[in-house]
Amino acid sequence: MDSRFCGFHCLRMKTTFWHLRQTRRWMYQIALMAGLLAFLAWLLSNTLANMKARGIQSGFDFLWANAGFDIGESMIRFDASEPYWRAFGVGLLNTLRVSLVGIALCTVMGTLIGVGRVSANALARGLGYAYTELFRNVPVLLQLLIWYVLLVEFMPDSQSPLHWNDWFFFSKNGFSFPIPVWDAQASSVVWDVPIWDGGEITQGVSLTPEFLAITLGLSFYTSAFVAEVVRAGIVSVPRGQLEAARSIGLSNGQTTRQVLLPQAMRVIIPPLTNQYLNLTKNSSLAVAIGYPDLVSISNTALNQTGRAVECIALIMLVYLGLSLGTSALMNAFNQRMAIRER
Amino acid sequence: MKPTPIQTALGAAAAIGISVLFSASAWAGKTVDTIKQRDQMVCGVNTGLAGFGAADSQGKWTGLDVDICRAVAAAVLGSGDKVRYVPLSAPQRFTALQSGEIDILSRNTTFTLTRDASLGLHQTAVTFYDGQGFMVSVKSGIKSAKQLKGATVCVQSGTTTEKNLTDFSKANNLAIKPVVFEKLEAANAAYFAGRCKAYTTDASGLASIRSKEAKDPKEHAILPELISKEPLGPLVRRGDDEWFAMVKWVIYGLIEAEEYGISSANIEKLKAESTDPVVMRLLGKSDDTGKLLGLDRDWLARAISTSGNYGEIFDRNVGEKTPLALKRGPNAQWTKGGLQYAPPIR
Repeated sequence: MDSRFCGFHCLRMKTTFWHLRQTRRWMYQIALMAGLLAFLAWLLSNTLANMKARGIQSGFDFLWANAGFDIGESMIRFDASEPYWRAFGVGLLNTLRVSLVGIALCTVMGTLIGVGRVSANALARGLGYAYTELFRNVPVLLQLLIWYVLLVEFMPDSQSPLHWNDWFFFSKNGFSFPIPVWDAQASSVVWDVPIWDGGEITQGVSLTPEFLAITLGLSFYTSAFVAEVVRAGIVSVPRGQLEAARSIGLSNGQTTRQVLLPQAMRVIIPPLTNQYLNLTKNSSLAVAIGYPDLVSISNTALNQTGRAVECIALIMLVYLGLSLGTSALMNAFNQRMAIRER
Repeated sequence: MKPTPIQTALGAAAAIGISVLFSASAWAGKTVDTIKQRDQMVCGVNTGLAGFGAADSQGKWTGLDVDICRAVAAAVLGSGDKVRYVPLSAPQRFTALQSGEIDILSRNTTFTLTRDASLGLHQTAVTFYDGQGFMVSVKSGIKSAKQLKGATVCVQSGTTTEKNLTDFSKANNLAIKPVVFEKLEAANAAYFAGRCKAYTTDASGLASIRSKEAKDPKEHAILPELISKEPLGPLVRRGDDEWFAMVKWVIYGLIEAEEYGISSANIEKLKAESTDPVVMRLLGKSDDTGKLLGLDRDWLARAISTSGNYGEIFDRNVGEKTPLALKRGPNAQWTKGGLQYAPPIR
């Protein structure tokens, strides 16, 4: 190229690949990433070497060995002769059960209380305020223990449960109630009713005090935060919007559905996601009250096998996965609810 | 090769990283040197098991496991008071020892093959022969563990207990439902609140819990069946044979002291007057056994003066005059039909 005919930009064209700003930027990123990965790999290999030097066995092969311990409550069939990975699966399902029920409960309760806090009714406002302050200011572990004590200490023995209509039973063994099940022979839905023969309760669905305590405790605690999130969302919609809606003759219901909620949701969803994540992670406190969640079962596995690093890594991986999954779902939901610019 | 500044910096960063995974303080071989340097032994004990390891209202630790720590400290450091106690829950205990947070784990820990072979730890000597049992409320009318069909049983996590319970339940077709708590205190509270039909742990533990936690100890019965062997004793880290030998031989020394009638009460007299060759050897008057272990002549004499011989330790903490009221049973000397048999100190 004849340099006489070009100005400053020609100089830049002549620069080599290495001097391009774009390339350099990428190089820095790649170098940093490589350095980070190398550091982590070094950390890992050093840990493994140290453990080996001290005769501590490591590896995930234990997951295929017989677990050898029973689990009090499980959604899938579990027997002590089954492998550790299945025990971890039971723990994961128990964690998910608490999280999903807790998320549903805290959303409903939080929404009601949040709406109550901006209600025109002074009593509803006051009760909402008291509820929020009470539940969000007491440490959650303490709340769980209180629920557990309430459910275990003050309930009657399993031999003489509180019962209502022979359908619902309350005792130290938990809460039993009927559920509808599909009867294949009769081709219809029938009720599976708990049976109490003076001793233990069989049939129906039984929720243990451990499950009730962790679920109720987390739901009440988190709902206080959800209530604040909902209130913030509602308050964020300018008053003028509602007045405008009224002035064009929309009914109360229409105003709420068409004007208030779509705008409030945009403010509500991101912090709500946070609360869902918190609830899921707080479910690891279940170990304090004897509910066999993932952490509780990992604890047992850790102690039987001595694979501390592996078990902790598994716990971390699972909670990370749960959190990322919840976030992804909520982000998708958020995108749907976001306002479309036209 | 001299490290370049980059290597030094990387090394420093890595050291921080590693200390997160493992506190890198005192695991490299020379436990005794570290103990002597800080003039204190760190002993991992139970968070609160009366008779074995529990702190009183003044924060003073007592119990059989604690007395063993005191005896070892007396032998190594010259005083039984130079011990710091670290209360540990069952799932914490092995990691605490592996990482060097404690020097010795004296926390009613069962010796098993898996623990010996895979944790990087050494089991020293048995200080208490135990077995797992069940406690039920007298009101329930249960007389045998075989009657626990479908029962909920409270149990602490991270122990051999969980596995024994499952084995027993399976062998006898009982379908026992365990309710597993991380903390001993939580498991106790749940049992006494009536959540579980039975409580299971080592029989000595049951006696301890019944004496301390029950509103009326007479309302609770310990069932006759023992469903496992639980030899309890202190553990140390693997790879430090000198320290391992010291701990082991202090325990054997306490046991042999009882066998030959040396107690904290008569030790001064025996030291001055005894001509029995075994007694003279144990007290360092003839042979210097301490030298072989890397200790001084009086190591065992100090251990005995501090904690008493094995029989004294047993009687003081868990024996028939204590609230636990345990008989010597398998923990009697071998000469009296028990299992406590120390290899000769010579």
